Amino acid sequence: MISTPQDAPNPQDAASASPQDAPNPQDLASQAEALAADAVQAVSSADADDLPRLRSALLGKSSPLSGLRRRLGELPPSERPAAGRAVSSALAEVSERLDAREEEIAQQQMRLRLESERMDLTEVLELPAVGSLHVVTQTQQRLEDVFCGMGFEVAEGPEVETEWHNFTALNFPHGHPARDMYDTLYVDFGEPGSTLLRTHTSPVQIRVMQSAQPPLYVVAPGRCFRRDTADATHMPVFHQIEGLVVDKDISLGDLAGTIESFTSSYFGPGFTSRLRPSYFPFTEPSAEFDVQRPDGAWLELGGCGMVHPAVLEICGIDPEVWSGFAFGFGIDRLAMIRHEIDDLRDFWSNDVRFLEQF
Amino acid sequence: MKVLLSWLREFAPLEGPPADLAHDLSDLGLTVEEMADFGADLDGIVVARVAALRPHPSADRIGLVDVEQADGKVVQVCCGAFNMVEGDLVPLAMVGSTLPGGMRIGRRKMRGEWSEGMLCSPAELGMGTDQSGILILPGGLTLGEDLSSALGLSEDVLFDLEVNPNRPDALSVAGVARDLAARRRVPFVLPEPQVSTSGESVDASASVEILDPDLCGRFSVTLLRGVDAASSPSPLLTHRLLAAGMRPVNPVVDVSNYVMLELGQPSHAFDADLVPGHHFRVRRAAAGETIVTLDALERTLESSDGVIANSADEPIGIAGVMGGASTEVSTSTKAILLEAAWWQPSAIAATSRRLGLRSEASARFEAGVDPEIAERALMRFAELSASFGVAAAPGLVEVEGNLPSPARVRLRTARVNSILGTRLDRSEVSECLESIGFTLSEAGGDDDWDVDVPSWRPDTSSEIDLIEEVGRIWGFGRIPRTVPPSPRTGGLSLHQRRRRQVLELLAGMGLMQAMPLPFLAPGDLERCGLAPDGIELSNPLVAEESVLRTSLRPGLLAAVAYNAARRRSGVRLFEVGSVWSADGGEDGLPNESDHLGVALAGEEAPAAVGVWRSFQSSLPLVEAELVNAPVAGLHGSRSAVIQIGGERVGVVGEVALDVLEELGIPERVAWLECDIGALLSRHVKSRSYSSPSRFPSSDFDLSFVLEDSVPASSLESALRAAGADLLAQVQLFDVFRSERLGEGCRSLAWRLRLQASDRTLTDAEVSEVRSACIAAALRAGAELRA
Repeated sequence: MISTPQDAPNPQDAASASPQDAPNPQDLASQAEALAADAVQAVSSADADDLPRLRSALLGKSSPLSGLRRRLGELPPSERPAAGRAVSSALAEVSERLDAREEEIAQQQMRLRLESERMDLTEVLELPAVGSLHVVTQTQQRLEDVFCGMGFEVAEGPEVETEWHNFTALNFPHGHPARDMYDTLYVDFGEPGSTLLRTHTSPVQIRVMQSAQPPLYVVAPGRCFRRDTADATHMPVFHQIEGLVVDKDISLGDLAGTIESFTSSYFGPGFTSRLRPSYFPFTEPSAEFDVQRPDGAWLELGGCGMVHPAVLEICGIDPEVWSGFAFGFGIDRLAMIRHEIDDLRDFWSNDVRFLEQF
Repeated sequence: MKVLLSWLREFAPLEGPPADLAHDLSDLGLTVEEMADFGADLDGIVVARVAALRPHPSADRIGLVDVEQADGKVVQVCCGAFNMVEGDLVPLAMVGSTLPGGMRIGRRKMRGEWSEGMLCSPAELGMGTDQSGILILPGGLTLGEDLSSALGLSEDVLFDLEVNPNRPDALSVAGVARDLAARRRVPFVLPEPQVSTSGESVDASASVEILDPDLCGRFSVTLLRGVDAASSPSPLLTHRLLAAGMRPVNPVVDVSNYVMLELGQPSHAFDADLVPGHHFRVRRAAAGETIVTLDALERTLESSDGVIANSADEPIGIAGVMGGASTEVSTSTKAILLEAAWWQPSAIAATSRRLGLRSEASARFEAGVDPEIAERALMRFAELSASFGVAAAPGLVEVEGNLPSPARVRLRTARVNSILGTRLDRSEVSECLESIGFTLSEAGGDDDWDVDVPSWRPDTSSEIDLIEEVGRIWGFGRIPRTVPPSPRTGGLSLHQRRRRQVLELLAGMGLMQAMPLPFLAPGDLERCGLAPDGIELSNPLVAEESVLRTSLRPGLLAAVAYNAARRRSGVRLFEVGSVWSADGGEDGLPNESDHLGVALAGEEAPAAVGVWRSFQSSLPLVEAELVNAPVAGLHGSRSAVIQIGGERVGVVGEVALDVLEELGIPERVAWLECDIGALLSRHVKSRSYSSPSRFPSSDFDLSFVLEDSVPASSLESALRAAGADLLAQVQLFDVFRSERLGEGCRSLAWRLRLQASDRTLTDAEVSEVRSACIAAALRAGAELRA
C-alpha cells in the first residue's frame, strides 16, 4: 500500500516556509536539521512500497533539502561553507537512512520467503532411475584400461568360430587328445564340425597374427562357450581376456614380468604372481599363473606361455625372427573375487536386485 | 596321480619338510592339488577277526558282528556295512581310541544293542576316500596287533598331483621321483628287480604273433607259476594301493596295479591253463566280433579296435582296455601268463572312448607308455610276487611291431636363453637335461648340443620341447622378470571408445545392463513374434539352450518377465551382444552382428524413441531416419524402423500386446533394437565446431493440423528445409486431438527459433522465414491453425 505518513514533510510546505529574501544562515542550517529529523522518522516507518517514492520526495530535485541547497548561493560567501556543511550532512543522513531501511526491508522479505519455501529434504518421494553397467562389463573395462596403459591395443573376434581358428591353427590337429579338454559346442552351419562356439579367446590370436604384422601388443576380451551344466562356478557362457605379444627377443622372462606388472596394477600393491609349468598345445613353454594376495593365499588365475613356433608359422610369422607370449584368464572369476559373489549363475539371472548393486 | 612320500623315497633321498617337496613338485609342473598326512596315528586300532555275523533284532540297516580279538576275546560291535564274511580280518577301533578324523570311540548302545568299538572303512582310517565298506585286511595278520605295525605303516604324506597330458612319464611314482630328484639335486636310482627263476623257460611254450605292427609296438610275456589267488601280497603293498585310491582285488591284480603305479606300465594276467598253447595273436578286431570282458558284459568290436586273440583266433582281451572273462585269473588259477605291451596311443584312446571304458591302464596307454619299460615291469611283478610264493619261469617272450623311433634333437644354447630370458651357459643347459635322463652330445656349433630323448618322454620331439624342459628344471621362478617396452601407444580404437560411450549413455539414462544367455529354446523366437530362423547347435546339452538368438528380444523380455514376477515392475534394461543369422558372413561363418536392445517396462513407444534420439544425438552418427512401419512382434500401430539410406538398421516401438500376454508380462514394454556395429561403423569421424551466435534470436510458434497418415517427421523436415541456415531450433511442443479437429488428424505445435551468426535479424527477415515455413508446411499436407 502506498501512503505517505502523516508527519512526512511536505516539500511545498518547506519551500513556502522560506521567504524569497536573503535567508538567514542559522535558519538554513536549523531548517536542514529539522527536515532531516522529520525525514529520518518517515523513513524508519516506511514499507517496501513507500521507499522509492519517499526517496524521491526526500532527496529529489524538488525536495525541501534540495531547495535549501539551491538557496545556499543566496548567502554571503563567508556564510556559505558552514550552512553548506549542514545541508550536505542532512542530505547524507537521509540517504543513509533510506539505504539502511531498504536493506532492512530486503532482509526481512528474504526471511519471509525462505520461511515460506521451507522444505524437509528427508521427504523424498521419487528417485530418478539409476542405471548401471553389468559387473562383468565393468570388470572387463577395468582390465582393458590396465592393459591399454601398458601399451596394448584391444582386439576382437567372432564368438561363432571356425574349427580351424579355434583348434587346428592353435596346434591342436584333428584327433589331438587335448581337444577333449574342451567341451565344445558345435554349430549346425556349413560342413559338420566346421563351425563352433569358440571355447577360448585364443582364436583371436590367430586372427590378429594373420591380419597385422609384428610387433603386436594386444588383448582380446570376450565371450567363450562350453558344453557345461550351470552351477555355482560353471556356466555354458563365460568371459575371458587373452593377451598376445609378438616382437623381437620376447622371452619367458618378459611374460613373467608382464604378468607381474599387470598383477600389481590391477590388484594393487602387495599382490605378486608366479608361473608354474603347465601344458597347452599352442604355447611352449606353457605355464599356469597364480596371484598371491597380501595375506599369502594363492589364487589360480589363468594360463600362459610362449607362442608355439608352429602357431607362428601357421600365421606366416618366422619363429626364428619373432617370438611372442600369450596369456588368458577368466573375467567372471575376477568379478566374483572383487565383489565376493559366490554363485556365477547370479551374473546371468538379470534380477535387478543383482544388477542395481553395481 | 596320488603318490606317497615313502614310495618316492624308494627312488631318491628326498629329505626335508613335505611342504618344501610339495612346493618343488608344483614348481616342476606337477601341481600339488592336495597334500595330507596319511596313515597317521592309529593307536587303539587293532587287527580283529569276524567271528560271527548276526542280524540286529530291531534295525535293518545295522548288523551285529562278533569280533574276535587277541586270546579269543570276543566283543559285540554294531556295524552299518555288510561287505565282510565270517573269518575276514578287519580293523577294530577299540573303546577309548580316537580315529584319525577325530572321532572318539566309546561304548554305546545302538537301538538297544551294545557296540563295543567300531569296524573301520579305509576312509575312516585316513587311508584315502573309500568309505563304501569295511577295510578287509590281508590274511595272516596276528589278532590284536596294532594295525600300524601289522601293516608296516609309518606316518606318511600323500601328494595328489595334477599331471598334464604331455607328461605320461609322471603317471608313475618313479617318474615323479625322477623330476623331484633333479630339482633337489639328489641322485635318482631305479633299482633293478631281483628275480630268481625256476622251471621250464617261458619261450619253450609261449609264442606271440603281431599281425598289426602299427597297433602294437611291443608285446612281452612272462610265465609265473605257483599262483594262489587266496594268498595276500604284503600289507605295505595293499596300503599303498589304498593310498593311490585303488581297491585291493586279488594278489595278481594288486601286484599288477602296484607295478603300474610305480613304473607306469600296465600289465595283464591270463590264466595260463586257459590260453591254449600259450599262443597270442595281436590283431585288429573284425567288425562285429564280440568278446565278454572281465565285467561280464558282451562287447561288440569294430575294426579299429585292437584285440589279443588265442591260437584259435578267438579274442581273449581288448588291447589296452580290458581283459576277457574267458581267461580270467580265479581261485583255481595255478599259473599265469603276464603280458605287458606298448599300444598305439590313438587306437587305445578311440576304443576306450567308444566303449566308455576308461581305466588307469587305458589312460596310461593313451598318454604314451615308455616303450622300453615292459621287461622291467614284468620283472618287478615277479620280484614282488615272490613274497607270496609265485615263481617266475626263466626268460621272456618279446615280439616287436612298429615302435616310435628314438628322437635326436639339435638344441642351441643361445636359443634357450633367448626364449627363456636366461643367461645359462652350455653346461648349465646340459645339467638340467641330463638330470632327467636326456643324453647330450657335442654338436657342430660352439654352443649347440645333440640331444637324445629318453624313451619315457614321447612328448619331446623338437627344440622348443627341450627349451621347456630346461626352463622347468632350472625353475621358472629363477628367470629374471622384464617388461617388454611396447612400441605401441596402446588404447581403444575409435569404434571401441564409441561403443563404451553408448554403454555409458544408456546407464546414464537410468538403464541397467542385463546379460541374458545367447542361447534360446526352440519356439522362443516365435513366442516373441519373430521368424524361427535361429541357427541350431549340433550338440546342445539341453534343448533350452539349443538355438542361437537372432534378436535380443527373447532374452530381454524374459528378463522383464522374471523381474515382474518378483514384483519389480517398470524395469529399464538394455543389453549389447551378438546375434546370428544364417546369411553367410566372413570365413564361411554365420553372419554375426553386435546388437543393442532396450526394454522399458511400463512405458509406451515414445520412451523408446527418446532413448534412440539421445543415442543418435550423443554420437556423431550419419543421418538415420525413423519410418513408421509394421515390425514383426511389435505393436501393430506403434512401431517404426530405423534406416540409413534405405537400409534397415533397427526397430523401435512397443512390444506387441499378444507377445506380452504370451510371455506373462503384465505391463507395456517400449522396445528398441539396433545393429550398433553397423551404426558405429557409419559414424562421422569428428564433428566440426560452430560457435554460438552473439546476436539475438527470435522465436515464433506455428500450429498445424495434419492427417494421421503423414508422419510428424516429414513436417519437421519441411520446416527445417524452409528455415534453412537461419533456423537455430525446431521443437515440437504440443500434440493434441479433439472433436473439433475431427477424426484422423491431430494438431502439432512447433516453436521455431531463428538466429543469424552475423547480424540481428530484422522483423522483415523473420516474417519472411515464417511465411516460407508455412508455405512449406502446406505443401507437406499440413493446414495452418488460426
